[in-house]
Amino acid sequence: MALHRGRGFAAINYPIGMNLGGDPSQALVHSNPEGKFTVALSSIDLGQGMKSVTRQIAAETLGVPVEDVYVDTADSDTGPHCMGSFASRGTHRVGNAVIEAAQEARAVMLEAAAEELEVDAGDLVTDGRGSIHVKGAPSRAITTMAACQAAQFRQGRTVSGRGIFLIPLSEVDPDTGEMTPVSCFAHAAMLVEVEVDDETGEVRVLDMQSAYEVGRALNPRLVEQQLVGGAWMGMSHAAWETTEPRYPDRAHGPVDFNSYLMPGPGDIAPHHISVLERPAPDGPFGGKGPGEMCANPVLPAVCNAVYDAVGVRIDELPVTPEKVLRGIRANGGARPRGRL
Amino acid sequence: MMEFRKEFFADDRDDDLVTIGQPVRRQDILGHVTGRSPFYDDHLFEGLLHIRCARAPHHHARIRRIDTSEAERMPGVVRVLTGRDVPRNLNTLLSLLDFGLDDEPILAETKTAYRGEPVAAVIAETEAQARDAVLKVRVDWEELPHVLDPEESLKPGAPVVCDVYPLNRFVYHGKYDHQKLRYGDVEAAFAAADHIVEGRYQMSPIEQAPIETCGAIAAPEVNDRYVCYTGTQGLFFSLGTAAKVLQMPSSRLHFVGGTVGGGFGGKVDSVHEPIAILGAMLTARPCKFAWDREEEMQVGAPRGAERWYIKDAVARDGRILARKFTGYFDAGAYTRLSSYAVIKSVGHLPGPYTIPNVSADVYCVYTNRTPSTAMRGFGITGVDFAIECHMDKVAETVGMNPIDLRILNAYRDGDMKAHRRVAKNCALVECCQVVADKAGVTLAAEARDATSLTGGGGARGELPAFTRTDDHGRVEGFDTGSYARKGGTAPASASPPRSPVPARAEGQRASAGGSMPPADAARSRAPAQPQPAPQAPVQPPASAAQVPPASERTAQPGAARRAGALRFSSLSGFRRR
Repeated sequence: MALHRGRGFAAINYPIGMNLGGDPSQALVHSNPEGKFTVALSSIDLGQGMKSVTRQIAAETLGVPVEDVYVDTADSDTGPHCMGSFASRGTHRVGNAVIEAAQEARAVMLEAAAEELEVDAGDLVTDGRGSIHVKGAPSRAITTMAACQAAQFRQGRTVSGRGIFLIPLSEVDPDTGEMTPVSCFAHAAMLVEVEVDDETGEVRVLDMQSAYEVGRALNPRLVEQQLVGGAWMGMSHAAWETTEPRYPDRAHGPVDFNSYLMPGPGDIAPHHISVLERPAPDGPFGGKGPGEMCANPVLPAVCNAVYDAVGVRIDELPVTPEKVLRGIRANGGARPRGRL
Repeated sequence: MMEFRKEFFADDRDDDLVTIGQPVRRQDILGHVTGRSPFYDDHLFEGLLHIRCARAPHHHARIRRIDTSEAERMPGVVRVLTGRDVPRNLNTLLSLLDFGLDDEPILAETKTAYRGEPVAAVIAETEAQARDAVLKVRVDWEELPHVLDPEESLKPGAPVVCDVYPLNRFVYHGKYDHQKLRYGDVEAAFAAADHIVEGRYQMSPIEQAPIETCGAIAAPEVNDRYVCYTGTQGLFFSLGTAAKVLQMPSSRLHFVGGTVGGGFGGKVDSVHEPIAILGAMLTARPCKFAWDREEEMQVGAPRGAERWYIKDAVARDGRILARKFTGYFDAGAYTRLSSYAVIKSVGHLPGPYTIPNVSADVYCVYTNRTPSTAMRGFGITGVDFAIECHMDKVAETVGMNPIDLRILNAYRDGDMKAHRRVAKNCALVECCQVVADKAGVTLAAEARDATSLTGGGGARGELPAFTRTDDHGRVEGFDTGSYARKGGTAPASASPPRSPVPARAEGQRASAGGSMPPADAARSRAPAQPQPAPQAPVQPPASAAQVPPASERTAQPGAARRAGALRFSSLSGFRRR
């Protein structure tokens, strides 16, 4: 009886946004009397950081400090329509809507600044720290606050903008499946190392090495949170969780977290993440959505690693000690492969 | 634990941004870590009532009679709702996109199709009183035969799970009982292959497991409106669903959400909002409807179990020449969103690889289990599990390093994909290389030197000269709406190709501005065809004969079933049909 180590690999891509399109999102941006901006959305922050990533996108586009932007969501009376937070669409769809809205507001802000500075708006740049100045002449400057106040209280302009992003709904050929599913894909590869006990059938995930291509990491901390959490979910999906342990039999369904098992802190494997960025041509600053795809490579990588360790193919999730042990016995013992 | 590999695709990026790319602290973190962020359940009202549902104890049963009189006399009970109280007691979520037929009652009246299906909603002063009264709802059940396995469900003579789809499967484009993918000729490739690799893969249902269970609180607002605080993942999606079910103008509904304690796909189904609002309407008091953890796990829709069969034709050198899929999505008792996931999965096949011949038949199947719904990776996670386990078998069959095999078959810029669009912006090869490097796996020279930017296109960007099509699974008499409908669907024939195929499809066009969507390439090269007007849906003849109507108000499925649905059109936005 022994512990066997094995390594398994998987690679995936992931479609960003609702399949076939037809899923618009809108944004409204306006300045308050102090030159601070509110972004009004009806998008949902599930913990993934919707409010934060749209705030950064708005600040970058407006050319103002991120502290000067607040995102207000989700009230159906004040926030314009958003299809919702699913299908890895939030960053891509809502981000693009926010860019369009912020660009319109920025243009008004720069026109107001130009009028105050008596220059051409086309010659103005923002420094991202609260100042607007003439390109190449930093001393000819006005603060974004002063520009927004001049617009609202002297010039009679509303510093505001509207944005929408929509990929029109595409068709599907019933006979060939020809379609335009999405406009961009994220990518990932992962190598998982496991240890399998050939006496108990238990599988421990020891280590995860991954590479995720996300277009652009708009906020690296939010990306990391997604990738770490998502890989954990993938690991749990592979070897712990199910609502129907005897699928398709409905018996033995868990009803609470005592019977619905997930990996605890002691089970979490070290995860070494590399992030690649190949900007999506139609993504906000090239960003794709890392949220959903991060779990996907873990499931097959764990199964492939179990095979590598003891020679048992688990083609039905989850990987339970019972299935592993039955497989080992059917093979007449563990048969390590050591292919990776 | 996270590093950037900026050396890849450096030419594709300007790294000159100010706020983007910075680890800016979350806007909402102070509220979250101090426990002050308001979630839906923090909006407590004076006189709040609590709703709990009486549920079916059987997998499949006819309802002879529901007697709520004893429950109504229980302490604290204000009202007991049954299907009769729901203005439009039949819905399908994607009717908002004009996709599919209304198939699911809000509160079942004539039969239940899964264990846990709600038949009555008790509204009481306290949650405990609501729980006690639920036990007093008397239902006279007649158990029916049930089916739990999707492949069993497709066999002739299987119990009919959902009367609206008497074949126990969703109907695609009003034409087939599954979604097809046909690209090239897999059978010819199988005949010529060095190796055939086959596999069967079964995903397990799992729970989205948010910390905050699903729920909503509704209350009468001033000016004849209702406010609804909700944990939904799609605010207007739930609002539109409530407006339809309650037959109420959406302007009378005020939805507030946006701060949600985890969703992972499980908070799209809009189960709670209509019932909470209905409770507020009928009691004139604030009502809360929320699941406890047991309901979240066993009544709340899980990730669906998917079953995939894969068959590959493989050359000696590891190139995959053909890949054939048969997939079964276990939708459970009602469609919810599974019909959509099937199309999404078909658009994803054959995974991130360039394979010259691909074929798939993917079914959305009804069984007598809890309806399944979206979950992180919806339509993709299950098939990726199958594909990547299968790739490992292919690598072993040809005696290759599994990473070399992925890179050899990886899609590159300019390659034609099986859904007939050109690949761009690829990065699979580089992800594989980075992981191999980190893990100390020695790649073959060709794999080490490969890039996503080179080696694609050319012959790999051509559509197949011949695609074998067929019309097996043809059904008559269904109309599942205008969603994703392609104009002028000519009957398919077997060989030769059903129409002259251009040598090369246009790829997805990305605009310079960065915020314009890609054009629909199909539209630009197909001859203009009249778009059929949305037809009145036709009731499948079989079900009309054998199935009693769900209720008087929905007794005429057909036109009545879809009337009043909001239809989404990418041209005109939401509009009333």
